[in-house]
Amino acid sequence: MIANFSKPALTLALLAGAAVAGPAQAQSAAEGQKLAFDRGKGNCLTCHVIKGGDLPGTIGPELTGLKAKYSRDDLIAIVTDETKRNPLTVMPPFGRNRILSEQEISAVVDFLQTL
Amino acid sequence: MMLRLTIRAAATLALGVLALVPAARAADSIDPLADKAAFQKFYTDKFPKLKLEDFVNGPYSMNEDLHKQWVEKEDFPPYEFSLEAGKEMFSKPFKNGKTYADCFPNQGIAIRQNYPYFDEKEGKVVTLELALNRCREANGEAPFSYVKDDMAALTAYMAYTSRGKPMDIKIPNDPRALDAYQKGKEYFYTRRGQLNFSCATCHVQSPGERIRAEVLAPALGILNAMPIYRSEWSGMGTTSRRFTTCNSQIRGVPLNPQDDEYRNLEYYLSYVSNGLPISGPGARP
Repeated sequence: MIANFSKPALTLALLAGAAVAGPAQAQSAAEGQKLAFDRGKGNCLTCHVIKGGDLPGTIGPELTGLKAKYSRDDLIAIVTDETKRNPLTVMPPFGRNRILSEQEISAVVDFLQTL
Repeated sequence: MMLRLTIRAAATLALGVLALVPAARAADSIDPLADKAAFQKFYTDKFPKLKLEDFVNGPYSMNEDLHKQWVEKEDFPPYEFSLEAGKEMFSKPFKNGKTYADCFPNQGIAIRQNYPYFDEKEGKVVTLELALNRCREANGEAPFSYVKDDMAALTAYMAYTSRGKPMDIKIPNDPRALDAYQKGKEYFYTRRGQLNFSCATCHVQSPGERIRAEVLAPALGILNAMPIYRSEWSGMGTTSRRFTTCNSQIRGVPLNPQDDEYRNLEYYLSYVSNGLPISGPGARP
């Protein structure tokens, strides 16, 4: 994959990544919010109260203060397949069952970390 | 009264077990009577304000606001059109002059609570929808779609004439019947689909909870209200429709209506609701 980049492009990409890590993450979090509210995708709102979302469900806990409660790796693990931690969970295994791609899960987690 | 019945039933079961020690050992874990008691207790413990018969109103039984909505809805029930059509269809003779009444015990009136039953000749579960289509075919008529319209109208009428009768599903002393029951139970508790839900995930673990604006129904008594007018469907739907759409909603591949798995599921789910009144046809959000 990286081999496909030309050297200047790669350098530029790295520079851009380093320089605008903030905005890029914000953009990813905004993308994550879309996924979290989208009925066909993350659809987190169906079960969880989330700031900014209308008509939330009541099955899961409210998604708030997550950065203090969980590491990024924990959040990725929970979204990917919560049945590993809790076999009785209602939560769908978004990663294992390919409901979301790795990249989408990463964006959703970026969003969760803003809550 | 209830207690005495339970004790007598338990005693009968105990005697049955004693008489069949080798067979009983093989089927050690299959105990429909105990399942039913535990299933019903689970719901009455979870919702201590509700009486058993309240559960047949599904989400409308879950809190006072919803109950009020239900009472208002019953003033102008959205299933009425279908019920009227069903009544008319039921009495209209087939081309050969016979009617549905000729296919059923008691002329088909007030018998909904006995379906599904285990047919020992066929060795399988027979549901009311299946019996209706078999009746049509035996009289030279084409079968109806299982999921809505005509089938919903007919079952609406048959449920209506049975309102208030306690669900009364029997498991005959036949290992195949017990096997059908057990398979239905396994289907009910098995996770499937991309969302990895079993029937129990929503309707045992989460009744009364909301998914977005929709309130999840308790599994107890869920079939007593069938068929239902569902606003979400903008129309009537049968038990077959309920099962197949559930499977689609969890992003699974639905089976065909009246496949063995669904027949067994209906057998299990109806049995554990024994004693609760028939309330169909129903209305749901």
